[in-house]
Amino acid sequence: MVKKIYFQSIFFSFFFIKEAFAAESGGMPQLNPEFWVSQIFWLILTFGIMYLVLSKLILPKISNNLESRKAQILENIEAAEKQRENSDAKLKEYDEIISKSKLEANSIFNQAREKAIKDISAKREVLDKQIDDEIAEAEKEIDTLRKNAPDKINKIAIETSSELLQKLIGAEINNSSITAIVDDLSKRNGEKYYGN
Amino acid sequence: MAANPMSQFDVYRIGPEIKVGALDISFTNASLFMILSTVSILLVFNLGSKKNSILPNKIQLLAELSYTFVSKMISDTAGSKAKPYFAFIFSLFMFVLFCNMFGMIPYTFTVTSHIIVTFVLAAFIFIGVTVIGFIKHGFGYLKLFVPSGVPAVLLPLIVVIEIISYLSRPISLSVRLFANMMAGHTMMKVFGGFVISLGIVGGWLPLSFSVALTGLEILVAFLQAYVFAILTCIYLNDALNLHH
Repeated sequence: MVKKIYFQSIFFSFFFIKEAFAAESGGMPQLNPEFWVSQIFWLILTFGIMYLVLSKLILPKISNNLESRKAQILENIEAAEKQRENSDAKLKEYDEIISKSKLEANSIFNQAREKAIKDISAKREVLDKQIDDEIAEAEKEIDTLRKNAPDKINKIAIETSSELLQKLIGAEINNSSITAIVDDLSKRNGEKYYGN
Repeated sequence: MAANPMSQFDVYRIGPEIKVGALDISFTNASLFMILSTVSILLVFNLGSKKNSILPNKIQLLAELSYTFVSKMISDTAGSKAKPYFAFIFSLFMFVLFCNMFGMIPYTFTVTSHIIVTFVLAAFIFIGVTVIGFIKHGFGYLKLFVPSGVPAVLLPLIVVIEIISYLSRPISLSVRLFANMMAGHTMMKVFGGFVISLGIVGGWLPLSFSVALTGLEILVAFLQAYVFAILTCIYLNDALNLHH
């Protein structure tokens, strides 16, 4: 309703303006009918040709272009979606492979460690046995050496003291008496050196 | 150029007088600018539709934006039934727009500032819409003048008002465009005349006014083309989908 009143008021106001202009400036060129027919003719001609060319040639092309672009964009979006799904699946596969290989690697590592530990303990046992044997042998040797040591020392002591006495006194002294003295001394002193 | 601000609307013959019978259809400056407008429209849209690249270049973008703009305008106001009339409304919008815009170039002629041009367009639309309405709805189209929900006492008055408003459509449609263009161009001419008459001392104020008016007039040139097209759509909507 407001729209209609608005239109009508515009119409009437311009009607009055037209009257005023016509009275004042000797007429608007727009109201001079001299070229009206010419303007109508050229308007119909140009507008008609433009309408025909636009509607028959140009606008269908533009709508075609728009539609084909839309179709292509949709196609591309579909393709992209498909590829995304593909890549998601591949990613899952990849994750699975990685977790599987991690487990495998863990088990391989554990096996290798157990094997290494077993090897090491076996070798250690062998080595321990060897070392024990060697220690026992060495102990035996030491024992024999220790057993023989006082006898040898006594012998050396007897010989040394007999030679010493011979040089000091100049006479041959009976070996057996020296042996008795040395034995007696070594027995007493042996306890000081081999007190075990 | 004369100082008379109305002289810019003068129509004059270019070339010889052409007469068909008693009718004078000489080529005038108005015809020249009609041809210029239509040729540039065809040029722009031909260039814009030639190549179909996925990433449109500037002119293609322009053509496609105008296409979608007009098609959206039609579907918003007149619905999907108005699709067959798309080419006409598109041509109408572009023709008015280009004529208005050509008029904004100094020393040019504004085709749409002549009542006869706008009136022929409006009358064609009016007749076309009325014919479409009667074809679609038969005599039922007359129900347009009888709004629903009006008390019976007021009905005679309302019907008369509706008929007057319907009949004034071509006049309001044509006068709106013509008066807007004429008033704007006259005003610009008047302010331009002030710049000259006030000279270097006082001419700056009307000059700045003139600059602002130029911007406003470019807006009006677009807006009036839009209004012309959208009112056509609204009238078409009345004819296609009888609402009352």
